[in-house]
Amino acid sequence: MSLLDLATQNLVSPMVLFFALGLAAALARSDLTIPEAVAKTLALYLMMSIGFKGGAEVAKSGITALMLWVMLAGVILSFIIPVIGYVALRAVSRLSPVDAAAVSAHYGSISIVTFVAGIEAVQGQGLPFEGFLVAVAAVMETPAILSALLLARRARPPSRDDEGESAGALIREVGLNASVVMLVGSFLIGWATGPKGLAMIAPFIVDPFRGILCLFLLDMGLVAGRGMREGAKHLSPPVLAFGIIMPLVSAALATLALMPLGLSVGGAALFITLTASASYIAVPAAMRLALPEAKPAIYLTLSLGVTFPFNLALGIPLYLALASWVGR
Amino acid sequence: MVVTHLKKRLEIIVEAPALHRLTDRLNQAGVTGYTIVPVLAGRGSDGTWSAEGLAGDAGRLVMVISIVDAAKADAVLERVYSVLARQIGIVTVSDVQVIRADHF
Repeated sequence: MSLLDLATQNLVSPMVLFFALGLAAALARSDLTIPEAVAKTLALYLMMSIGFKGGAEVAKSGITALMLWVMLAGVILSFIIPVIGYVALRAVSRLSPVDAAAVSAHYGSISIVTFVAGIEAVQGQGLPFEGFLVAVAAVMETPAILSALLLARRARPPSRDDEGESAGALIREVGLNASVVMLVGSFLIGWATGPKGLAMIAPFIVDPFRGILCLFLLDMGLVAGRGMREGAKHLSPPVLAFGIIMPLVSAALATLALMPLGLSVGGAALFITLTASASYIAVPAAMRLALPEAKPAIYLTLSLGVTFPFNLALGIPLYLALASWVGR
Repeated sequence: MVVTHLKKRLEIIVEAPALHRLTDRLNQAGVTGYTIVPVLAGRGSDGTWSAEGLAGDAGRLVMVISIVDAAKADAVLERVYSVLARQIGIVTVSDVQVIRADHF
């Protein structure tokens, strides 16, 4: 299937269309909203489902050398992508060192909903993928935060007052963030209980999954549209361009990293999607503690209002095409 | 007639990710209690914001209300400010009357 066919098929999927509906409704100032508690519940459901299914897959396949190599590649990419992003942002934009570090952290970390959208696209092509990629997603969440923190501290050494608290609070925030706990916890439960456990709760975590994903994407469209309406004035053209180009740079790096590894085409597409995605739940919360001077309007708008829609609509088909080169 | 006593009411609007830091400081400062209230939406120096639809804590604010004895208010405020100096937030202090003075 050509790249154009993949893109067209992706653009008319219910998920992308519900996201577009939310985006259009917010931009048109509709009163359509999803309550905060519902949005949080939907996000937890998605983490639970995706974690559990990944764990059940690993229970079947066991821990392999490939899994460990891909995890290592993911950790290294998560750590170095913020450095590349930071250098690029400082070179092309007028962002302060702290803002550049905070923005870059989002691009080194991952977005689980972009990953889920990638899974739907991969399954839509009838491609199998390795279940352990959920574990890869979990280990890629946090190295970027540490990397960005080191970059920011190089630019602005912390005062004696805030250093101790930042370190302690950040370790707790990063390690025990709700999305990480839910994803890793569900993965471990899925791993422990295997396909039998999955069969027991499939009517809850498998069957309604796509409908709930559509509802969550509607919500993301609403939040992204609201962010674009309010936050666009904070994004200069170079920063906006970064939101599109950086995922492509990350995707290219992921493709190179996959060359010697031998993932399946579906697995490779998902690994590239993970690397190219930008966090919008775990990292923004961590940045409010670690780098509170950084402006949230910049990194939230860029991650959710620019990079997420780009990945959802155009990035994922492109990553599928890249994966066909390096997947086996 | 009910006798009332003068106390200080601290009203702190703080970013949700920094809430635990703030409540830890309030506990350390020896306040006898506080109440956490969700806030929905508002407008600040960076424009309007709303908690609706947010799946994460960044971008969400909460309000913490604490009644303290006037003698302790300055010390509590110093602790509060040590957390909030770098965060988004608003701190106000006002005089209030309470009925049960020994609770605060």
